[in-house]
Amino acid sequence: MRVLAALSGGVDSAVAAARAVDAGHDVVGVHMALSRTPAQERTGSRGCCSIEDAGDARRAADVLGIPYYVWDMSERFERTVVADFLAEYAAGRTPNPCVRCNEHVKFAALLDKALALGFDAVCTGHYARVVEHPDGRRELHRALDPDKDQSYVLAVMGPDRLARSLFPLGDAASKGAVRAEAAARGLSVAAKPDSYDICFVADGDTQGFLRERLGSQPGDVVDETGAVVGRHDGAYAYTVGQRRGLALGRPAADGRPRYVLAVEPVQRRVVVGPADRLAVAHVAADAAVWYADVPAAGTACAVQVRAHGAPVPARVLAAADDGVTVDVGDAGLRGVAAGQSLVLYDGTRVLGQATVRATVSPAQLAAPGRAGA
Amino acid sequence: MSDPRARAAYLDHASTTPMRPEALDALTAALAQVGNPSSLHTAGRTARRTVEEARERLAASLGARPSEVVWTAGGTEADNLAVKGLFWARRTADARRRRLLVSAVEHHAVLDPAFWMAEHAGAELVLLPVDADGAVEVEALREELEGHTDAAALVSVMWANNEVGTLQPVEEVVALAHRHGVPVHVDAVQAVGQVPVDLAASGADAVTVSAHKLGGPGSTGALLVRRGLDLTPVLHGGGQERGVRSGTLDAPLLASFAVAVEAAVAEREAFATRVGALRDELVRRVLDAVPGAVLRGPADPARRLPANAHLTFSGCEGDSLLYLLDAAGVEASTGSACQAGVPRPSHVLLAMGVGEDDARGALRFSLGRTSTAADVDAVLDVLPGAVERARAAGLSSVAVGA
Repeated sequence: MRVLAALSGGVDSAVAAARAVDAGHDVVGVHMALSRTPAQERTGSRGCCSIEDAGDARRAADVLGIPYYVWDMSERFERTVVADFLAEYAAGRTPNPCVRCNEHVKFAALLDKALALGFDAVCTGHYARVVEHPDGRRELHRALDPDKDQSYVLAVMGPDRLARSLFPLGDAASKGAVRAEAAARGLSVAAKPDSYDICFVADGDTQGFLRERLGSQPGDVVDETGAVVGRHDGAYAYTVGQRRGLALGRPAADGRPRYVLAVEPVQRRVVVGPADRLAVAHVAADAAVWYADVPAAGTACAVQVRAHGAPVPARVLAAADDGVTVDVGDAGLRGVAAGQSLVLYDGTRVLGQATVRATVSPAQLAAPGRAGA
Repeated sequence: MSDPRARAAYLDHASTTPMRPEALDALTAALAQVGNPSSLHTAGRTARRTVEEARERLAASLGARPSEVVWTAGGTEADNLAVKGLFWARRTADARRRRLLVSAVEHHAVLDPAFWMAEHAGAELVLLPVDADGAVEVEALREELEGHTDAAALVSVMWANNEVGTLQPVEEVVALAHRHGVPVHVDAVQAVGQVPVDLAASGADAVTVSAHKLGGPGSTGALLVRRGLDLTPVLHGGGQERGVRSGTLDAPLLASFAVAVEAAVAEREAFATRVGALRDELVRRVLDAVPGAVLRGPADPARRLPANAHLTFSGCEGDSLLYLLDAAGVEASTGSACQAGVPRPSHVLLAMGVGEDDARGALRFSLGRTSTAADVDAVLDVLPGAVERARAAGLSSVAVGA
């Protein structure tokens, strides 16, 4: 196959490309330029966006003996990832920019351009497995190493794009094993630090970035009775479930820690309250993507709502082409915000993905008629 | 597009071109010799003799006197020395002269030092506009000079543009600037060996030349500076090159450089005739075979470098074309430098009034001494399909399923 290997400049994508070369594919390396004004050097734990990263990607391609190109995806990235990130926070939701990047840039703009230029597939350094059945059906599964598994952020791509994707690191034993393999292959990125912060946010300071881009929008922090307990600079900087950084002047009457229960940007209001008010019983999500038939009501599964969150057992209440509602019972799922990505699993296999629209708490189930976040 | 690289057609000679055998011989022969040209002992004298012979040969080939040659480590350094050194010297002599006039289509080796001087050294940068062919508007220069009497420190206009190959009106620029007492620097990196370049005949005050563009070694160049012209040094150190450019001279590189220039100048007419005909054929056939192809730069072959063909292909991205051509064994260039690794529409095309979308689909084919008719055939075998494919990739999303 003609394979386009996306090279971020990190160790994972370099080893993934090397494995694609070993597999006998005709591989071309492409580094996506995601910023019009890239920093000179990597800072902190941001990945892939500096000139140094582009240089590392180029060096990896040279070591592998494959051609290397830089494709300018900055406009697309700004429009579909950064702008979405800001709009979602401004609307009081909690976006996952990596999911959006996979949805609109890597497995959309990049993949489309690759296919149009005659490539058969795009290869990335994501940790996830693709299982192919004899009838050609493909399934997306968790990576062998649960610590590195990235199926959560990939699920959004859907089955058609999955059919054009290669994840050679899905069966890697661990990140350490991948680093060792990189070193053995003579790839100088073997010891490069991991990236985990949002790549377009300098210094990992998300709140500072939001403040800079969205401006100051001061308002009240109120408790669940509506009493004002503090002030904030912008409701967008808060996320449902957040405990730290609330800077509340008055302690709660009962002395228990308080968490963000709701973000209401129109009223410029942040609602806080005790942890038990964060509990979630039902999750409703839209813009569903399914890897097989739409699951029947009553289907048992596991759901995950954060990239590094643990899956919890769930049952499908209702599912359709474009949405799904799940019941997580008393599995202990807490602090789920609108905008988060909901991924449904059957064991290691991804059933589908959707974007959280609303949640229902156990208390609301007991007293019907009030909607949650 | 099968069998890539079986017959790579190299059409990027303006980036760099194969070394001439005689230049390679001169280099390897001199590399075996020890000696710093600044040393007084026998080894030093031997090296110095090599350097000074090279200086005389280079000067003779380019209409300069030996004392008018300042060796540098390439064209970029020579351009920096000219822009900064001439500006500083002129401004020091007359504080009113702070306007720095450079054409909008200069190579970054001139443009970026000029921007730097504006930012850090008090220069008032004036970008001279060009016409649709990429030639400097002499009228605009006249208005600038007459509108700001005694304010200009330096004019820098290239001999021939590196992207679109346009020959600049050097003679008119020099005559006009000199009437106003302003020195002229000319970057002739692309021109030597393709069109006559002669320091004395041109009247220019400083001329940049580079070795690796004409079959010499890399990282080697010179600034030809008219006798008597003040030039403030940029590199300070051991005082070589009469204190204008410090740094130990590399006798083997300079010997090889001089041999390459001598050969390129000697063969210039024959080269221009043979390669110019190949270029004309390439352009004619591409325009015939590829819908939406547009030749950029002058249509009159006499007004552009004989080895340059520059075309845009509407609806394509240059980097897609480069990939598709490279995969099929045709090596070309978009003509413009990447900025931070990200391809950007060329400042040259934008200055010529080409729209940003068209400018994105640019390809430069530059021929050289080793180019043959087979190279032209290779381009025509691949290009029409590549353009069609790049257009599909550039215009819209392709359905992924099925």
